[in-house]
This record gives sequence, C-alpha cells and structure tokens, in this order.
Amino acid sequence: MPGKLKAKIVAGRHLPVMDRASDLTDAFVEVKFGNTTFKTDVFPKSLNPQWNSEWFKFEVDDEDLQDEPLQITVLDHDTYSANDAIGKVYIDIDPLLSSEAATVISGWFPIYDTIHGIRGEINVLVKVDLFNDLNRFRQSSCGVRFFCTTSIPLCYRAVVVHGFVEELVVNEDPEYQWIDRIRTPRASNEARQRLISLMSGELQRKIGLKVLEMGGNAVVGYLQCFDLEGESGLVVRAIGTACTLEKLSGGGATNNAQHTANSSPSKDMKEPVFGDECPSNPLSSGPSTPLRAPPFTSFSPSKSYSRQSSSSDTDISLTPKTGMGSGGSAGKEAGPLKILLRQQTQTALEQREFPFFTLTSFPQGFLLHVAGVVSARSVKLLDRIHNPALGSTRSYKLLDWSSCSADEPETRDAWWEELRQEIKSHARALGCHAVVGYSESTSICEEVCILSASGTAAVLNCRFLQDGCLDVLSEHRCDDSAPPGCGFCHVPYDELNMPFPAQLSPCCCCHRTKVPDVLFTTIDLPTDAQVTGKGCLIQARLCRLKKKSQGEGNATCISNLLPFLEYELHTQLLNKLKLCGMNALFGLCIQISVGENMLVGLASATGVYLSALPSPGGIQIAGKTPNDLTYDQHVSSIQRKINDTIVKNRELYEIHITEVAEDVIGSPIPEPRQRSRLFRSHSESSDELSELDLSHGKKDAFVLEIDDTDAVEDLHSLLTDAPTPPGFYSCNTEIMPGIYNWTSAIQMFTSVRVFRLNNANLTNLGLNKIFNELCENLLKSLYFKLRSMVPCCLCRLNFTVAVPEDELIQVCLLCVCVSVRVSIAETEEQLQFPLELNAESASPLSPKGSGTPSVDYSSFADRCSSWIEQLRLRAHTIRRGSIKTSSSPLPEGRSRSLRSTRSFPGSSVSVVKMTPLSFIPGAKIVKYLGIINMFFIRETTSLREEGGVSGFLHAFIAEVFAMVRAHVAALGGNAVVSYSMKECVFMENPNKNQAQCLINVSGDAVIFTRESDQEGHLPQTSHPQPTEDTPP
Amino acid sequence: MSVELDVFVGNTTIMDQEVYQLWLSGYTVGDAVKVRMDGGVLDGCDASAEVLRSDTMDQFRTFQMCERLLHNPAKLANQLLFQIPPDRQAMLIDRYYAFDDAFVREVLGKKLSKGTKKDLDDVSSKTGILLKSCRRQFDNFKRVFKVVEELKGPLVENIRQHLLLSDRLARDYAAIVFFANHRFETGKKKLQYLTFQDFAFCAGELISHWTVGAMDNQLEDMDVDLDKEFLQDLKELKVLITDKDLLDQHKSLVCTALRSKTKVFAEMEASFKNLSRGLINIAAKLTNTKDVRDLFIDLVEKFIEPCRSDRWVTIDVNLYLTHYINSAHILDTFKHQAVWNSLWDELFKMLTDIQHVTVCFLVKMGMVASGASAAAEGTRATAASSEEPVPVHPTQFTTSISFSFRDMLNVGCRAWPHSG
Repeated sequence: MPGKLKAKIVAGRHLPVMDRASDLTDAFVEVKFGNTTFKTDVFPKSLNPQWNSEWFKFEVDDEDLQDEPLQITVLDHDTYSANDAIGKVYIDIDPLLSSEAATVISGWFPIYDTIHGIRGEINVLVKVDLFNDLNRFRQSSCGVRFFCTTSIPLCYRAVVVHGFVEELVVNEDPEYQWIDRIRTPRASNEARQRLISLMSGELQRKIGLKVLEMGGNAVVGYLQCFDLEGESGLVVRAIGTACTLEKLSGGGATNNAQHTANSSPSKDMKEPVFGDECPSNPLSSGPSTPLRAPPFTSFSPSKSYSRQSSSSDTDISLTPKTGMGSGGSAGKEAGPLKILLRQQTQTALEQREFPFFTLTSFPQGFLLHVAGVVSARSVKLLDRIHNPALGSTRSYKLLDWSSCSADEPETRDAWWEELRQEIKSHARALGCHAVVGYSESTSICEEVCILSASGTAAVLNCRFLQDGCLDVLSEHRCDDSAPPGCGFCHVPYDELNMPFPAQLSPCCCCHRTKVPDVLFTTIDLPTDAQVTGKGCLIQARLCRLKKKSQGEGNATCISNLLPFLEYELHTQLLNKLKLCGMNALFGLCIQISVGENMLVGLASATGVYLSALPSPGGIQIAGKTPNDLTYDQHVSSIQRKINDTIVKNRELYEIHITEVAEDVIGSPIPEPRQRSRLFRSHSESSDELSELDLSHGKKDAFVLEIDDTDAVEDLHSLLTDAPTPPGFYSCNTEIMPGIYNWTSAIQMFTSVRVFRLNNANLTNLGLNKIFNELCENLLKSLYFKLRSMVPCCLCRLNFTVAVPEDELIQVCLLCVCVSVRVSIAETEEQLQFPLELNAESASPLSPKGSGTPSVDYSSFADRCSSWIEQLRLRAHTIRRGSIKTSSSPLPEGRSRSLRSTRSFPGSSVSVVKMTPLSFIPGAKIVKYLGIINMFFIRETTSLREEGGVSGFLHAFIAEVFAMVRAHVAALGGNAVVSYSMKECVFMENPNKNQAQCLINVSGDAVIFTRESDQEGHLPQTSHPQPTEDTPP
Repeated sequence: MSVELDVFVGNTTIMDQEVYQLWLSGYTVGDAVKVRMDGGVLDGCDASAEVLRSDTMDQFRTFQMCERLLHNPAKLANQLLFQIPPDRQAMLIDRYYAFDDAFVREVLGKKLSKGTKKDLDDVSSKTGILLKSCRRQFDNFKRVFKVVEELKGPLVENIRQHLLLSDRLARDYAAIVFFANHRFETGKKKLQYLTFQDFAFCAGELISHWTVGAMDNQLEDMDVDLDKEFLQDLKELKVLITDKDLLDQHKSLVCTALRSKTKVFAEMEASFKNLSRGLINIAAKLTNTKDVRDLFIDLVEKFIEPCRSDRWVTIDVNLYLTHYINSAHILDTFKHQAVWNSLWDELFKMLTDIQHVTVCFLVKMGMVASGASAAAEGTRATAASSEEPVPVHPTQFTTSISFSFRDMLNVGCRAWPHSG
C-alpha cells in the first residue's frame, strides 16, 4: 500500500439554489477515489456551507494514484426524492506524486456540471503521503515529471536527453451519438469525462514507466491528444521526449555559467564524427526523393485497400542499413540499428529507436544542423476497435480495459509506427539522424482518418543524448567548428551526393560551408541564430472540394487529393515567404482537415531572414502569350505590384541587406523562362517536389505564370493578404525574431469561429477565397481588439481548422499578445552594441544578446557562453549607466531580486496568468508544479436561452479558463505556461435547441516571480505602460 | 458564407468602457455598432464594420454573463469565472449602478413595485432613456432596497459595504431607498423644478436627523424609518400657534429683530401668522403617513409659495427663519423656566431640518433677489424674476445657515416647556 491520499472538504460558496421553496440548498459532498467513497454531513439551508470535514483517507496503490482522479461531487440532500447533483470537481493528484512539484492542493474549485456549467465553488484540501518501495516490479511511475513545454524547462538543466517516448490507449467511447442517447446527457458526459481522465492518467503512467526504463526522470514536450473516432472508439495517445533533468539552484547556475565562460573552447570529438559520417550514408532513397526545404511528404493510403505508395516500403527497408550515430554516441535511443520491421510490437526498447524529439528549442550546442521539414501522412479507414470486455455491453467498468487491451491498441500503434518509420527514413535521406520539433496529429471525418506526422530533420550533438556526460557538458563549450549563429543552417548532406537537386551556396556568415537557399523547419528559431530584421507570420490557406463518398472510395479520393493540397500549400508558403523578402520558415505547422465534401489545409509559420542564407530572389510573373500587348501590360502591372510589395515588406520587417548588389529584389530576370506550368501532373510527391526545386534557382526569381487559373489564384492570395497594421507583430513561434523589448503585459485569448458556406455549388477557387478571407478577417479582428496593447506582438498564434459538418468550417485560435516596449534607449543600444562587440571579438552577434531585459528563454542559461554574459553586462551598463555585477545567477534579466507576486489587493481570488509561451515575459519561473491536462464536456438543451451557439461557447471557454486557473491556484501556482487547447469539438443541433462541446486543454502550472529591481523598474517608470493584463 | 459562431475570450476578461456604457444604455448590438462607427473607433484601423460588430457582440455577451454577478457585487470579487482586475471590477459595479438623473426623478418616491415597473415604458418615452436601461436602473433600485431593507445600522454605510458602491453612489442610493420607503411625493408639478440632487440632499438631512438611527447611533436599528416618537413629539410645537399670547409674542420678537434688516419687512409682518401656522401644521401632522408623503409638496405650498408671492429673496427667508427659531427660544426663556429636556433639544434639531429643507427649496425656486440683498452669497435669481440666474447649489447655502439654526435652537430648547 504505497500511498495514502487525504482529502478534506472545507466549505462551499455561491451554491445554486436547489430548493425553490426556501431559496436555499442542503448541500453535502461525496469524495470518491477509486472505489472508495466518503460523505460529509449535510449542511442544511445554506448557499455557503461550511462543512469543515475530517480528513478522508484513501489507502491506495500508487498505480491508482496515477491513474485515478479524485472525484468530488456536491449534492443537494433531499429527504423524499433522490439527491440532486449540483456538480463535480475532478482533481488530478499527479502533481502531488513528485517531490519537486506541489506538496498540497488547496483552494477553491469551481463546481462544474456538464449541463449547467459552473455552479458555485468548493474549498478542498488534498495531500498525499507516499511510501517508497522501489524494489518491487513497478507498474507505477510516480515521480516522473511531465512538461508540456517543448524546451528544457526554465529552472532545469538537461543532463541527458534520452529521446522519444510514445504510448496510446484505446477504449470504447461511452457516448458517440450524444443526441440519440437514452440515458441522461449528464450521465454520459460524466462517464466520458471520467474515462478520459482515467485514460490520461494511465497513459502518463505508462509513459512514465518507459522513461524510468530509459533512466530518465522527466518527459518534456509532452503532447497528449484524443482521437474521437466515434463508433470505433476513443484513442488517447501521447508523445514526448524523455530527459534526465536536474534542478538548477541559483548558485549552481552561476557556477555553471562561469564554468562555461572560463573553459577553453575545447574541441568536441563527437561532432566531427557526425559531420563526416552523415554524408556517408546518402540514401539513394526510393521514389520519394527528399528535398531540402519543402516538406518532405509521402502518403500511405489506408490499410484497407491496395494502393500503397511505394515510398514507405522502400524507406523502411532501407532503414536498417544505416548505422547512424557514431558508436555509442547516441546512447540507448539514438542507435537506430535495432530497427526491425516488427512494427507491430511495442516494447519500450523499440520505442526509443525513433530518434525523434518533441522539443522545439534546444540547449545551446544541441542542434548542429537542420535540413528541412519531413512529414508523412497516411489515410486510414477506422473500424471498430475490438475490445472484448467493453464491446457492446455498455458497462463502464472503466478500469478494466487494461486487462483486456491485449491486441487492440496495436492497430493504432502500427499505424503510427508506420508513419514514424517513414519520417525517419526521410530524415535519413536528408543526411540527418534525428528529427526535432516532432509532432503528430489526426483529422477524422466519419470513418476516414488522416494521420499526420511532421518534424524537422536535424543533426544533433550526441553528447546530450548520453548518460554520464555531465562533466563533458559543463566543460565544453559548444563546438567551434560550427559558429553558433549560422551552424544550424549548414546542410548536413553532401553537396556532391545530394539526395535531390538543390541550390546550395556558401554560408553568408562564415563562408565556409554550404547552405540552402530556403529553410523550412518546425522548430523555434534557435536562440543563437543570426537574423536580419524582424519576422512575421506567414500562412498558406487552401480548400479543395472533394466528392462525397463512403468507405474506401472516400479514403482513396482523399489520398489522391492530399499530394496536390500539400504541394500547393507549399508553393503558397514559398511565394509568400519571398514576397516578405525572407528566406526561412520556423514553427511550420501544416494542418490538413478532412470534411465530408472538402479538404482544408492551413500552413502557418514564422518567416525570418536568416543572415546565413542567401537573399531570396523575387517573384517573376510570366504570361503565356507574350505578343498580346494589353496582356503584357497587365503582366507588367502585376509584376510591378509584386515588386513594390516586396520592397515595402522589406522596409516593414526591417530587412536591410548590406551585402551584394546582385540581390536586389524584384529585379526581373533577363530571360523569363517559358516553362510549362510548374506542376499539374498526377505523379507522386517526389515529382512535384523536384520540379519545384528547379523553379527557384539561387538568384533568379520564382516564375509564376498567370495564364493558369491556379496561378491567378496564387497571385490573388499573395496580394490580398493584408499586412499587419503598424504596431503589431505576429508569429507562431515562442519568440518574435527581431523583437526583444517585451513588457510584462500579456493577454492570452482564445477565439473560435464557425463559418457556414451557404452556396452549395462552390468552386475550388471560390472556396479558397472564402477561406482566405475568413482567416484574414479573424486576424483583423484580433488587431482591432488588441489595439490598446499596441505596440505588441502576437506570439504563438495557433490556428486550428476543422470541418465539423458539411458546409461548416471551424477555426480556433489561441494566442498570447505581449506588449512591446517602445524605448529610445533600445534603439540606441541596438545600434551601439554590435559595434562594440565586434570591436572586441569576432564572434557574431546574436540578436538575442543585444540586451533585452525581459525576453526570457534562457533555459540554457547554464551553458551560455561567456561573450553573451559580457554582452549583457555591457548592455546593462549602457542602458543605465550602472554596472551590474556578474553574480547574477541567471542571465537575461534573471539577476533581479525576487518579489513575491501579490494578487490584487482586496481580491480574494489570486490572479493566474495563462500563456501558450514557455516563459512569462519579465518574470522568472521558480517552480514547476505539474502538468495541467483537463478535459471538459459541456452540453446544453436550451441553446437559445443561453445566447445561441456563441453565447454557449463563450461561457464554456470562460469556464474552462476559470477551472484551469482554479487548479493552478490550488497547486500554489500563479501561471500556466505552454498552455494549449488541443481539442475543441463543437456540435450543435439548433432544431433541437441543443449543443455540445468538448475541450481539452493542457499546460504547465508554475510559480513565477516578477523581476523587480531597478532593471525592471526603470523602463516601467520611464515608459508608462498598460497595467498588467489590461485588456483593451 | 455566414458566420455561424464567433467568440473571443481572454484570460483576463476583455472589456471596453465605451462599449460597456453603450450596453448599459440599453443599445442593441446594431445600434451600438453604429454609435461606435460614428465615434470613429475604426479610424486608423484597417477593419470593417463586421469586425466592429463581432467585437461588440463579444463584449455584449461578456457583459450579459457578468450581469448575474453584478447583481451581487460582493460575488464579483470572489467569483472565479472572470478574471477581472479589481479596478475594473470597481468600474463595472459603479457604472452598472449609476443611473440617469432624469430617470430617477421620475421614479423617486414611488413604490418599487411591479406596477411601477410596468409603467417604465412611459418613463422611457418621456425621458428618452431606452427601456432596457430603465429596467436595469429600476431593478437596481429595487435590489438595493431589498438588500438594505432588513439591515441594521447606518444606511449609507450598509449600501456601500454590501454593494461595494462608491461613496457618492451609496449616498444617492440611500436617498432613493429612503424616498421609496416613505413614498414621498415628488412628482407633482409644483415640485418639478427640483432635481434629484436636491431631494438627495433633503434625504441626507432627514436620514441623519429624523430617523431612528439618528436618534441613537448605538441603537441597532435602521436608518430607513422615521422616528415615530419624534414625529409624535413634533405635535408639541402646536403651542406656538394655538396659544394666542405665545403667537403674538413670538411675532413681536421676530419683527423686532427683523425691523430695518430687510426690504420686505412689511410683508413679513403681515404674513407672519400664516407662515408660522403653515410650518407648525406641517410639523404637527407628520404622524400621519399620508402627510409624511406630502411633506415636500406641503412645504412648497404652505411656506415657499407664500414667501415667493411676497417677493422675498433667499436672504430674507433665511433671516426670517433664523429669527423665527431664535425668538422662539427667547420666548421660552422668558415664559417658562422649565427644565432642560433632551428630547426637546432633539426635537428642535428636527425642526431645523425642516428649515434646511425649506431653504433648500427656496433657493432652488429662486426667490426674487432685490438689489440690496443680492450681495448675499446664497441669493440666486431665476427666470421667474427675469434676472440672470446665479447657480448656487442649495447645499452650500443651507449648510452655512444650518449652524446658526442649530445653535439657536439648542439654547432655545433648554427653556422650552415640556407640555405633557
């Protein structure tokens, strides 16, 4: 009996009136964990009961502790009839199971009812006493910590990054046809909520076991998703990166930093090994030839029919040949030699064979080279998940599936396995041994499911992947062979033996190695990357109609459409990137959603101008009938327009290229190549992609022909995108390249829109236009709403599209708006700084280093090299004329004394900040309290009365926020970082006046402290800024 | 293509004060969008009316959801649904409970019943305030009334604490509750010239001097009810008009004091008995609920209008009332060597308040200012006198003289006979 859970019910407040006669409530509480239930006394006739119960004690296995939530049900006592439930609170006690996280859960929780929403609050105290017994065969993994953050959490240091962990569990969905159910909606919703809570718990426990097996103690970049497969069941799956983390103490960090600073830049022996070895396994890969920048795609059709793209098979068969990492360097997980075709098996050992990392930003020196995006999609037909115990008898013995999950998860596992193998082979073809920024997603419509996986092929420094390399880590600076500012851009593949045709040119920074002309990645911009100017959000949007069909036909149809969709998205991205005068995309996320009669694709990324990469060429417009004079005029006017836009954009994003004159943008190519339209064949992805490569050579412009309707369409979407209004910046990455003067005023928001396409006979073109407008309008709406925060930056702008019904498109958006400080000192500093630094050392200046007090992504603080530290010192001196001592435990504004954050005086509710970022501008995260992973269902049978669909969803989202905040506050936290809304499924039936919505959110609960000494104050006093979180 | 659903929810609840005001004023989304457009909110933004509409809708929804909480402002501070900074919370509450003077003037003194609520559309069309806003304001009155009805202790303080209103609003609501409770008649045509603030001032005076709570601060009772005992005692004043000798003496004392001090001395002398009767009768009848309701109309009819027809100016009225009370005190000292009685002391304080109120009304009515006395700071002329109006708030004026009244009375009361 390894654990004792104790709970105490203190009081309630604002309870709803349950007895109409007296306008009061006779409330009592049931506390349930596992199969044990306790009850409090009835507190009669009060809306603010004070139960002050004894401690209810549950003696349970730690396995149960991990799986089960604590269930608190508030009821109204009724002498004559059944007691009425007021609502429930589910408390995930996982944060209490780790010694480093929260120690007690105590606070007010909203009492939630799936029909009525929040109905009052309840004050609860929860504690756990854990007894350690490590020597038995463990089924539990207590103590393994989970982080949603896709970088090493700020107050930790990665000792070892073990690698990929994944798991999935399946179950029967307690309710897949909610409208037609016979039992009360409340009962089925609750069954579902509870089931998913259990499944998440189990999933975490299982992943934890894998981590322990690998020798790690934490999962970073934990990404958990639900697939609501309807009749075929419910899949909860998760991926993450296993790490061994070590908590940074203040002193430790200082030591480390100094250590790093003082140590001579000793050569690391492993890196060159990689550099040499990588090109030695150029794969003459199969039909899906990799390409450098564009997403590397392939499609495996549904297992249920014969058409099988050749790519995956060949790649998989190639896999075992390659001995990637140098012997032993990759540790347990990076040795991919063990990969066999036994895809269906899922031993923990094999999971580690995927050299995948869900992280998007890395400790300094971890990432050596980045090759480009690799992605794979496959279309599957869902069938009923065979689950004998749960089958058709709807007995929700929810814990039972573990006993009978015998063969079932394997199908889903196999699907993913297949996809991962594909990704891996793509990465290998690009000369890379790892995939970073890896993520997986699904889109389900009826019985068709598109599985997608994508990541960025990369070469990593394997020191981090090894056990026992702690000393090496702290002593060695990141290798010098690859200068930090441009090293990651260098192509990992061999120039002479390229797996695909590509334009390489010497690195503009170091001139030593080759770089590609464009770079697409799914990761965040590395902190040491050299960037010219600012970044911006770039989106490609596309809709494609598809015939309505069923089963296999439908799947075939979709898989036929996919390559086109993806190709066009890619072209659009590339065009827009060029139009912005930029040459690299970060945080690329391509979503393809399937609906009954259309496919919607949305690609978002943050464009930047990487100094290392060559300047992008312009866009050349070509007409097919050059003899026609008016037509020529038309062409040239468009050309002029495009050129103007490029010039304007360069101005806007401050991309001033000082180097070569030949890079002049928009210069028309002397002889426009009269090429046939880029690609319209029905070939495999490889064809399109290689052809694409030809189209944009190094310095010459990208040719667009406007005879083609599609080209007109492309052009249209290019030119109709409204630029961000002055004062706004937007990006979908953690930080905005080129903007560093953040303030602490942040506002996180969620926006959901559903559009109905009224006219049924739409063309692709019309549909595209509508979809494009829809996204543009959503952005415009944001700019308007947030106008009071100007100048500000919309970070982590995360769009999610779905096609919930026939003619509906749903767009969800989650974003944080961070106010940016306008400061004269800043600009000065930026000017002065590079000069000074260059005078002293030749090391290229990281833009990040130019003294930005509030941006805080210094998770790698300990490994920061000395010059950054010096730089910072100087920054302080310049800015304030005061000298900051180097004793600061952490760089980047970490030196400030801590001030406990107070909640607003006079308010009994503490303020909890929420942000999709992994940090809080102007603040320091001092403790991670545990993962927040919550799933809610809300249903109504009085839709009109609740203000229609908008009113209903508005209230629900507000309630979800409230519940997240309450849980964080109860853990003792004051913020949620890396917050995301994984799922927002909205269904309505206006005729029946009903609607239902499911929301899944996750994030990391943290305690942060505001940086408060002079550094923090100075800008605040000199520049009056909006009060924190002040909304417009 | 149509937007089926459109929501925008911030972690910190997003609200625009301007939109809030439009919502409070009862605008529909469409009208609010129009007003905002005309207000130029889109200037400098690359946004369409659609964007504005969506923003307005979002905020209106937010306010609607907040409304439930605003009905119990104490809840707003510790609810979890909306994360609103405290200064915003205060703003929300204060604006929600703010009311239009034009509206309150219509409802003041009426019973806060369903019947009154049904008549709100008339009020709406009369005042030009949208019905929705009227309903909100009316419901606010009713809600505050309900909250403080059963509470003990000082009214203003209760309102401030239970509804978290600002001092000014709390004071105004105290007046509204007080008026509604006693159903003071304020709607008569003769009273139309008085603003809500005039009545609020009177309410403040009455609450602080005439109510049970005022009689004994320590007494755990409420401020809303008038002190019955006190009203009963007011009947004793009748001796001033029923006893012929006393009346004559009183008159001669006042006249002696006033002689050569005012231009309207002759009129004063002539109307002394009438005015005295008018005042004392009002005081004596207050035990009757009906007469309490008519307090203000009676004061205007029985005292203020006669004065006005005699073309008294405010300073004259002041003088008159000062000496009226002062003389009563001398009168007593001579006539009856009775023991000092605290009750009578209090009683005269109350009478003073009648005077305060009267003077307040007078000032508002704008007694004709003669050239000589126009110098007095309280004097003001109105359109009635066809002279330039000098706006002076009645409160300034009355407070200046209230002290003298009180002093006189305190002395005078000592000797007042306890006719029991």
